[in-house]
Formats: sequence, structure tokens, C-alpha cells
Amino acid sequence: MEIFGEILQVGFFAAVLRIATPLILATLGEMFTERGGVLNLGIEGIMLLAAMTGFTAAYFSGSLWLGILAAMLTGALAGLLMGVLTVTLGLSQHVSGIGTTLLCTGLAFFFYRLIFGQPSLPPNIEAFKTVPLPLLSAIPILGPILFNQFALVYGALLLVPLAALVLYDTPWGLNLRAVGENPRAADAAGVSVSRVRYQGLMLSGMLMGAGGAFLSMAQFNAFTFGVISGRGWVCIALVVFGQWSPWKCLGGALLFGFVDALQLRLQASGVIDIPYQLFLMLPFVLTIVLMALVSRSARPPAALLQPFRKEER
Amino acid sequence: MRGMSKSFGSVHANRDVDLILYPGDVLGLLGENGAGKTTLMNMLFGTYAPDSGTIEIDGRPADISSSADALELGVGMVHQHFHLVPTLSVLDNLMIGRPGAGGRLDRTSAGKRLSEIGQRFGLELPPDAMVSDLAVGEQQRLEIVKALFRDARILILDEPTAVLTPLETEALFTALRAMAGDGLGVIFISHKLYEVKAITNRVVVLRLGRVTATIDDTTDTTERDLAELMCGHEIVPPEKPPQEPGDVLLELEGVATAGGSGVALRELSLDVRAGEIVGVAGVSGNGQLELAELIAGIQPLTGGDLRITGELVLYPEPRSIQELGVGRIPEDRLSTGLIGSLPLSDSMVLPRVHAPPFSRYGVLSHSRIRHFVETQIERFRIQTAGPHIRTGTLSGGNLQKALLARELAFEPVVVLAAQPTRGLDVGAMQFVHERFLELRGQGGAVLLISEDLEELFLLSDRLAVMYEGRIVEVLPIEEATVQRVGLLMAGVEDAA
Amino acid sequence: MIRPRLETRETTPTWLRLALPLFAIAATLLICAGLVALAGADVLTAYRHLLLSAVSSRFDFVETLVKATPIAFTGLAVAVAFRAKFWNIGAEGQLLAGAMAAAFIGGRAGLPAWSLVPLMLAGGMAAGAAWALLPAMLKTRYKVDDVVTTLLLNFIMFYLMMALVDGPWKDPLSGYPDSPDIRMEAEFPILLAGTRLHLGVLLALLAAPLSWFLMSRTTLGFNIRAVGENPKAARYAGIKIPMVITATAAVSGALAGLAGVSEVGGIHFQVMAGLSPGYGYTGIVIATLALLHPLGVLPASFFFAVIITGAEAMSRATGVPVFLADVFQGVALICMLIAILFTRYRIRIQRFEAR
Repeated sequence: MEIFGEILQVGFFAAVLRIATPLILATLGEMFTERGGVLNLGIEGIMLLAAMTGFTAAYFSGSLWLGILAAMLTGALAGLLMGVLTVTLGLSQHVSGIGTTLLCTGLAFFFYRLIFGQPSLPPNIEAFKTVPLPLLSAIPILGPILFNQFALVYGALLLVPLAALVLYDTPWGLNLRAVGENPRAADAAGVSVSRVRYQGLMLSGMLMGAGGAFLSMAQFNAFTFGVISGRGWVCIALVVFGQWSPWKCLGGALLFGFVDALQLRLQASGVIDIPYQLFLMLPFVLTIVLMALVSRSARPPAALLQPFRKEER
Repeated sequence: MRGMSKSFGSVHANRDVDLILYPGDVLGLLGENGAGKTTLMNMLFGTYAPDSGTIEIDGRPADISSSADALELGVGMVHQHFHLVPTLSVLDNLMIGRPGAGGRLDRTSAGKRLSEIGQRFGLELPPDAMVSDLAVGEQQRLEIVKALFRDARILILDEPTAVLTPLETEALFTALRAMAGDGLGVIFISHKLYEVKAITNRVVVLRLGRVTATIDDTTDTTERDLAELMCGHEIVPPEKPPQEPGDVLLELEGVATAGGSGVALRELSLDVRAGEIVGVAGVSGNGQLELAELIAGIQPLTGGDLRITGELVLYPEPRSIQELGVGRIPEDRLSTGLIGSLPLSDSMVLPRVHAPPFSRYGVLSHSRIRHFVETQIERFRIQTAGPHIRTGTLSGGNLQKALLARELAFEPVVVLAAQPTRGLDVGAMQFVHERFLELRGQGGAVLLISEDLEELFLLSDRLAVMYEGRIVEVLPIEEATVQRVGLLMAGVEDAA
Repeated sequence: MIRPRLETRETTPTWLRLALPLFAIAATLLICAGLVALAGADVLTAYRHLLLSAVSSRFDFVETLVKATPIAFTGLAVAVAFRAKFWNIGAEGQLLAGAMAAAFIGGRAGLPAWSLVPLMLAGGMAAGAAWALLPAMLKTRYKVDDVVTTLLLNFIMFYLMMALVDGPWKDPLSGYPDSPDIRMEAEFPILLAGTRLHLGVLLALLAAPLSWFLMSRTTLGFNIRAVGENPKAARYAGIKIPMVITATAAVSGALAGLAGVSEVGGIHFQVMAGLSPGYGYTGIVIATLALLHPLGVLPASFFFAVIITGAEAMSRATGVPVFLADVFQGVALICMLIAILFTRYRIRIQRFEAR
């Protein structure tokens, strides 16, 4: 058991937070659009494409924040596409999302190859550095875990209360929830169902984009084809686990971050002598187990997956 | 509103309709099912775009292309099916689509307005209660408050009393009078004559999408006059020869169900005999749906005995029920009965496709299926281009005919019918009624669950009244009066 | 004033079912032409390579057939599953499961030679079905969303396979993370000497009409459609939904498993990391393009085999990144999804007087 003593140290918990950050961002994004009644299965592709565009923008402009902006813009555009397909045309949200993922994945690969060719050394950037917060980072234990992180980590953590505020305490949040539960009621109250759903999708795309960019610009300093490798799909599960509530989604992301960080440390420690791929498998197995535990009692937004057509008799 | 027209496909829902509403009016909009009342009001409320016609409010032309426009112009509507979000509180439901204060929701001032309106019109509501916890009458009150909350000066109520007990209806009328007294204009849609007579001061009658009469003073009008205007002819009740009921075909003895999200049945007992139509009356949501689902084999039985043609059914399942000779007409024909996106032929063999003649050893016989469906189309004169037509494109009446044809084709001994004429026009309704009487004449039994009291009185030999998951009384039709049944529906114990 | 309005079609004419995929492909080619131009290549030259190089000779044609085989299987798997609205995005993982079973059985020294191929087929189908039954059970028992589970199970199966071929199942001779070769007798017979046209191609050609028979001529197929289109009405009619979902998953998984068996028995003779470059996902595109009709899967899978092999030739000749094939799949799926609207609706131009 001394192995756990070695692992469960300050650096480990800082890593948990770091690994959880892109998941927090993308999960909150997915939560918003689902609250409005639209499942965005484009998430995996959007994160990948945004990781690519963000990285590329940063590579050529030299500005990381410009990269983040580009990534969020990419996400918003993909959200717009999802909106055209699922809101305006009322197509199957499942297949539209898979289509968006395939398209975004293809575009990410295509443009990366077009722009960078096939160099022997993959291009990289000067990635985000941690920003220790004055005074706070000096607090023992908590300081290095919470307050010596990337700016995006702080951003993601602050986003959770902000998301709760927006969802529960603003007119837009109320309209979004109404649209996701009973679009006909929202429509009768004068809310434009399609506008709110578009907004939800674009917001979700932006957050997914930021999550993807975190991976290629903070966690790592380069874009690779496998940079997302299933994290997007995990976020879909985390929204269910988080019961469509911002704080519980944060909990889910942290739990996943914990398991992922743990398997990485175990892998590196070499204490347990099994192929490393089994460790990689662990977070996915955990996600399915969690889904099996919570899905029975989960209560998704009532209008999730339902297209809304006004003049239907 | 002038010259309003609207058609759906080839159906003309409204043709050249004029309607005028004055402040302080309670205007009755009267018509049979399918006469175009709801369509007309949906155009005023911006849900449907009219094909032609103009709307003026306060003498100014109003361009209403969405509910938001309508609300802006002071038009509020209470739909037949409530437009509420059950997972939100009363207060939050009021604030949907409203601007906030400083980017936040302003719950304090909304709460103030809620109690203000509540006191003024006698429409009090608990602000923090979840809508899903409210009784049906309270939900309707919330719908009205929602309109008043947004300063509606024209209030449309679509069949508001369908879900209310007589007592609640009285309370609603009091509130409506208070609103009219306040200078609001109220449009009251109904096909219930006595209610229209009781509450309105003016009446517009619609038939087949056209205005057939406008009565500016209802004091001297009788219900009989209204009925004639509504139907264009005197209502001829269907012929129902007296006959002695035979053996018990369907018997429920102290049955109970778990309920789940709906109402649980408790200690429910009822029997239906051969050659008899037994009606089930009740305010919606008192277990009628659950009763229908239990007999259809969808709800598990948790207590008591269910017997069909004398045979004890321990675990009701759709197939075993069907094999015992029960035909089932579910409440919602397109979502529970048929499959809108598949061809009519698929919908019409759905419950029997697993067995001969439609399939053998798991392989379908398309020719037998087609032959069967074509025969039924012919027999019931279902208007469709053929068995290959997508089910969902048929009209409501033809859908119901298809469903009836399917369930009657294999000579059932008992037919369970839940709301079988809801939303049908007069012709289709008569057709359905005739089939039930025919079956009764042949010694079959019908259990008719309906929210339409007129229909129940017209067809039933005995009338059972449901309240909170139980049958509180079974009356021979000769002893049943609207008043007595109304009281029973409201849960008032029978004193007679 | 004139405005377009969607009107529900009473039926979908057959010519429309055939024309819509062609329209979708035409639109896709048009959209992707923009990317080709962006890559600085001449669109016509690039498209000539993309569309023709895979069919320009008898050898290329056969190779394209071979390439079309696994995606025809996954396309069928998806076409069956989606009919029941069982969102099986897991054909990829089920393919790997089938491949591993085939590679394992094909390498057993103790089995009689004649039994190898039949056992590989049976084992691969069983393994694929089993891997699909897991999400089906999670869906029917625990109400777990099938999209998420099937997707995640793809990753799990991939890592599981890699753990095995990098560990206990590693080929001691090659030194790479791949499994030992199957026995010579387990290799699929070649149907046309001098080519790679193997038994799997024939099986795919047979699987399509069989799937069609299942879907449109049997009660199971009827029930699958009923459950997919209206589960409430299906249940009311006495159809047991969990059983139908389970059967659908088993059939779908078995078909996807066959894709893996065919790749192992006919092409690779072992399992390794690059066994499936996303064949499971391509299956979704193919099934959609075929309007979920099993017979339509055959031409659709052939077309995508043309695009996938053609993209490589195009890339070599013009420098347009080979990933155009991936973009093409995404665009085609989306275009087809839009085109499917016209099977349900027609556009009516409606005139009415201005207000």
C-alpha cells in the first residue's frame, strides 16, 4: 500500500485538476445544449477540430489566447452546423451528431496535413504555463493543488458557479430549461425555441472548443491525431452522471480526472506489471459502470432528442 | 378577425371566418369537434399562420406571426393541453419568456404580481410549488394567471371545463366574470351547450370551418337553438334497442395497480356483460388511463382478480388479453395504437403479425397481409389510396376507422375503448358509435371510457363513475343524471 | 407572397429512394471540390484519381471489392441496428471482437483443418454478437444510453486487443505488437487466382440479401421496424421490446463480427493495431446512404471503397491530403441525412395573397 502513499501527493491532485479541466469545460457545454433539448454528439469531433485550429492559430500568431479564441470560434461554428441540422431541419440528433463528429475529425486531419505536411518532428508551440496566484499559492497543500495552475484551470473552475448562475438565475437560463422540458410551453410564452436552442448549441460548441484547445495548448504543446481519444464521449456520459446540473458535472469530471491520473501514475510506477493498455482502458470501464449505476434514476430533460415543429397537428 | 382561412393539406379548417370581440365580452365560440374552433384561435394566438384574412386589435391591424407577437398585443391563450413546465415552480413558469432585472431573474417582483392578480380575480396559487405537484384545476388557474401576468386583455380559453369538476367549473366562471367586469374580453371555446349558455353573453357558432351564426344576446337563446345551429340539423340519437344483458364477459374484482407516475387503482370492481355497453365517467386523471392500460395488458396487476369470459388472468399481457377476445382501442390512436411512419398495412396487422394467417414460422405472408388490409379498407370505407400509404397521413377519422377495423376484424367478445371519439368530426363519431351498438346487438360487450358525458349518456347501458382510482358508483343509465354523475365525479358521496 | 412549405408524403416512390443517394453524393463532391481547390490541386485531375483509380483495371476493381467487404458488413450491421433505433455506434469494437475470435480459433493447432474456417466464422459472429449484447443489456435493464456505451466499448475493445497482442498473445517471431499468424488451413480460399478476392467477399454478397430477407420478410424484421418507429404502439400490440432490442443487437453484432473475421481470414491473418481504420464508423455512413436498406449497402460500400482507395492515389498524384476521404464521409453522411427529409416530405410552393 505504500505505492498509494507515494502516489497520493500534492502533485497528483494538481494533475487530477489538470486532467479534469477539459472535461469540465466540454461537459458543461454538453450540459447546456442538452438542457435546451439537443444532444450534441458532435462533441468528440468538435474538440478535436478545435484542438487543431487553436493550436494552428497559436502556432502562427504566437498568441495562445488567440488560439483559444480560434478554438472557441470553431466550436461555435460547429454548433451552428448542428443547429441547422437538428433545430431547423429537425433531423435525428444522434445521426447528425455522428455526422458532425466525422466531418470535424476529417477536417482536423485534412487541414493539419495541408498546413503542416508530414514533418519528421511534429510542430509544437510554447504551451500555457502555470500561473501561481499570489499569496494563495503559498498556502500549504491547497496552494500548489488549486492555485498553481494554468489560467484555463482557474477559468474552468470559475465557470461552474457561473454556469449554475446562468442556468438557474437568469431569464436565458430559465428559457433554456423551459425549451428543454416543454418547448410548446416556451413557445406559447413567446420564447423562440429555435433561437434558444441555437444559442445553447453554439455555447456548447465554444466550451467544447476551449476543452479541446486545452489539450493541445496546455496539457500538451502539440496537436496529435489521438489528442482527444474518446474524452468527448466520456463527457456525454458525465452529463448523465452529473444529472444535468453544473456542480454534479464538476464532480463527475473530477472523479474521472482522479481515475485517469491514478492510472497514469500506476502505469509510470511500474508496480503492477500488466500491459499499459489495460490502464488506459480503466477510465472507460469506470464510465460505463457509472452510467449503469445512475441511468435508471436519471431524469433527462423531457424534450431531449425531440425536434420542435410549430405547426404540427 | 376578418376573412380568416386556413387549410391543412386538403382539409379546410377555416373558411372566411369573421369574429368580433368587445371589452367586457364573454364570447362563446361554439362548434362540434373539428369545426375549426381551435384552429381559428391558434391563428389569433400566432401558433398557426393564416392562409388569408386580417386581424385587428383596438382598431389597429395586428400582424401576429408568433405567440410572442400575440402576447405583446395583449392576447393570452389557455390551451386544452396545458403549456406548463412540470419541473419548474409556479413562479418560474410565469417568468418564462420574460425579461429579468439586471440580467437576473426578478423573483421578488414576480411573486408580488402573482399575489396581486390572485387577490383581484380569486386565482390564488402557491408561488414556490412545483407545477407537477399541482392539481389539474390549479394548473389551469396558473395558465390563466400566466396570461393575466402578461397584461392580456383578450383571453382565449380552449375547452377549459373538460378537465374540471362541476365545482371547479363554477369557480372558473366566477373568475371569468370578474375579468369581464374588469374590461377584459374573454373567448370561451366549448361544445358544451349548457356551459356556453351559462357563462357567455355572445355566441359565434362554427360548423365545418364556417361561421353559421352570430348571436349578440344569449338571454333568449335556448340550448336547443344552439344545438341546431351547431349541427345544422336536430341531433338524432343513435338507435339503441333495449335488450337483456347476458353473461359476464369482463370482470374486475378488487383490482389494484402500482400506479407509478400516474394514479394507482385501488379496490376497483366492475363487470361488463354480454350485450351491454358500460360507460366509465370521471374527471381526467382519476385512473381511467390506468384502468384501460390494465385491461389492455400494459399495467401489471398488483392485487385482485381480472376475469375475461370467466377465465382468470393472473398476468395480463397484450397478447394473452387479445387471445381471450378483447379488442382494444387505446386512448391515443397515433402514438399508442398505430405507427405513423410505417405503411397502413403494417399498422393494421401490428398486434397479430406473429401468427397465421399473417406469418408462418416467422416468415411474413405479404399477400395475406395485403388482402386482409384491403378487405378492411373496403369494409370500413377507410379513405386512403391503399395499404402502402404512410399511416400518419390519414385523417383522424380514418385512423380511428383503421384501428376499429383492426380490433373488430377477429370478432372480439369485449371491446375496450378509451376516448374513442376524441377529436373526431361528427360523421366519424357516429360511425364509431354505430360499430359499438352493432357489437352490443350481436351480444358483445363494450367498456367505454370517455370524458365526453354526452357520448356516455348516449351509448351506455350502465354508467360507472371513477374517482381517485376507484369506481365509486355504477348507475343504470335510467337513474343517471348529469348532476348526480357530476357530483360523483367530484368525489361527493352519493346521497340519493 | 410565395413561401415554401413542407408537406408530408403519403408514400416514397422507388425512383426517389434511388435518386436521393446520388444527389447526396453529387452535393458531397461539390462541397469537397472546395477543399481540393484549397489544397491547390486541379479539381478535375484530383477527382479523376479519386473516382477512377480504384476501378481503372480488373486488378484494381477486384482490390476495391476486397476493400468494400468489411465496410459492407459494418454497413449491414448498422442498417439492421438503426432500424430498431438501437444506436449501435460500436461496430468498430464488434469488428475487433470478431477478428480476435477468428485469429484465436485460426491459430489453434489442435483443431481439424476442415473445421477452422467454419469455426472462425461462428466464433467471430458469436464474439461480435456478445460485444453488442452488452450495451443492449445495459440499455434494456439499466436504461443506459446505447450511443455512449457502444462508443466507449470501442475504446475498451481496442485497448484490450492491444494489451493482449502487446502481452500474452504477442507474436514471438515478429517482435511487433501483433498476434501470431493463423494456420495456413484457416486462411480463406481465394476465389480468383492471382488476386486477393477471398471467401469474405462472397459472404458479404450473400449477407446483404439474407439481411434484406430478415428485415422485410420475417416477423423479427417487422418487429424491429415497429419497435424503431413507435415503441409505445409496439408494446401495446404485445411485442416484447427488450427481446427485440436484444435480437437486433445480436444480429448487428454478428454482422460486424463477420467484418473482423473476413479481414483476419482473407487479408491480414492476424490482429494488430491497424486492423480497422474506422470501418465501424464508415458503416454508419454507408447504412445511411443506403437508407438502411440491406441491398443498398452493397453499392454504397463499393462506392466508399472507391473513395478510400482513390484518395490514396489522389494524394500521391496531386498532394491533396489523403484525409479528404474522411471529410468526404462526414459530408456525405450529412448531405444524405438532409436528402432523407425528402423521403418523408415534399416541398410545396404555396402562394397566398399578401396581408
